[in-house]
Amino acid sequence: MKYLCLAYGDPKKMGALTKPEFEALVTQCKAFDAELRATGQLVEGKSLEWDVVTLRPGGPKPIVTDGPFADTKERVGGVIIIEARDLNDAIRVASLHPAARIGADLGWALEIRPYSPECHQ
Amino acid sequence: MNAREQVERVWREESRRVLATLVRLLGDLELAEDALQAAFVAALEDWPRGGVPANPRAWLVSTGRHKALDALRRQQRLDGTLSTLAERLEHEPEVTHDDEIADDRLRLVFACCHPALAPEARLALTLREVCGLGTEEIARAFLTSAPTIAQRIVRAKARLREERVPFEPPSRAELPARLDAVLHVIYLVFNEGYSATSGAGVVRADLCSEAIRLGRLVAELLPEPEVQGLLALMLLHDSRREARTSSDGELVLLDDQDRSLWRRAQIVEGVKLVESAIATRRFGAYTLQAAIAAVHAEAATPAATDWAEIVALYELLLTLTPSPVVELNLAVALAMRDGPAAGLERLERLLARGELRDYPHAHAAHADLLRKLGRRDEARAAYERALALSKQEQERRFLAGRLRDL
Repeated sequence: MKYLCLAYGDPKKMGALTKPEFEALVTQCKAFDAELRATGQLVEGKSLEWDVVTLRPGGPKPIVTDGPFADTKERVGGVIIIEARDLNDAIRVASLHPAARIGADLGWALEIRPYSPECHQ
Repeated sequence: MNAREQVERVWREESRRVLATLVRLLGDLELAEDALQAAFVAALEDWPRGGVPANPRAWLVSTGRHKALDALRRQQRLDGTLSTLAERLEHEPEVTHDDEIADDRLRLVFACCHPALAPEARLALTLREVCGLGTEEIARAFLTSAPTIAQRIVRAKARLREERVPFEPPSRAELPARLDAVLHVIYLVFNEGYSATSGAGVVRADLCSEAIRLGRLVAELLPEPEVQGLLALMLLHDSRREARTSSDGELVLLDDQDRSLWRRAQIVEGVKLVESAIATRRFGAYTLQAAIAAVHAEAATPAATDWAEIVALYELLLTLTPSPVVELNLAVALAMRDGPAAGLERLERLLARGELRDYPHAHAAHADLLRKLGRRDEARAAYERALALSKQEQERRFLAGRLRDL
């Protein structure tokens, strides 16, 4: 089964990092990324830019706003897709992602969302 | 069958055994799960190219062990420490015998049912790690959400690690208490399958089958009388599976069941197990309950049931494990042996104590006895009470039917 993981972070806090701090973070991330890839259960894993545009229905054409749908400090900064046998297996694999291991003070967190069963057919 | 299908077949048939052995080798459930998954990912890559190995289980154990060692070495590069486990793995020979593998599964059952874990955590962990059910399947079976079950499993594993629970069968001295915990988990799985406490189906056959499979596993490896007793109890109850619900999904009581639908082979096996457990004279509550089920199973018609024997067995069970539910069953058996008035007298004394005030089956039994004695108004009140308390759909329809017939 497939599971989508959304990696959250606080863009403001991350923007405030000094260059050495940021590089130290990247080095740490690389090690976890390597672990994650080594599981062979990673289908896709990508980082995102912080820029957000949201479209909402509300007329003949969608209403376009800049900014995220949910008004929170944290934004989705990365997406990964995992192939796992069940939710606990997905948790096990996703636990290797940097957002689940480090960066607590940067608002990092990882949200796991099972694909709906229809998607599996 | 192509290699991919082969891998899937091997997963179904062998993954629990491979996991159990990896748990022994690595001494940690989470490391073992990582290793198991890594071994199967490797199989998906290798087997289509190089063919399925002659002994897939040995291949998976050996590959899993190597993958675990690789992971530990990567960890070493990260933080500079080489764990004692990695050192041990590097020097230990990797030989695994089949009889050891059987023991491995038992070790895993005992660990998953460890007293350090809450009962519902034992249940979820056993179903997932020993039976191989997925988080989502367990959640469906117990009508909870997958994240709830997932969290329960994550916490249970963390607890096993914190408590440093060893993956070893318990010592002789610990065995009775530890075995009780294992049997209780199996019994809970079966019960949830057999008389689902809520939801649409009376019987969740998949849970019954899992419980019987677990019972067989433990009975094979540890032929203690109560293990045999529990296996017998499950086989005997499950033998009535087809007869217990009508074609339109309604609950059919024992008296009204078509006994030709009972599975004879399961009854024969169950009766044999009961006899063997009783012969040891070290039997307990599971064996006694199985003996009662056996008396029912051996009666060709409801009228031919040996109620005197059933009353005697319930009396013995009540001395061994005093419980209002056992006493309720005794009252019903007394009614069958000595007539409804005798049963009612015992049941009303029991109801007066108040412990079964919210137990729908007690009120349903009360109503039945009152009905048989022609006390319609009181019977109606008791059926209504039972109906108000019951949460199981078929049961509710059954009670509503009885009310209409009054």
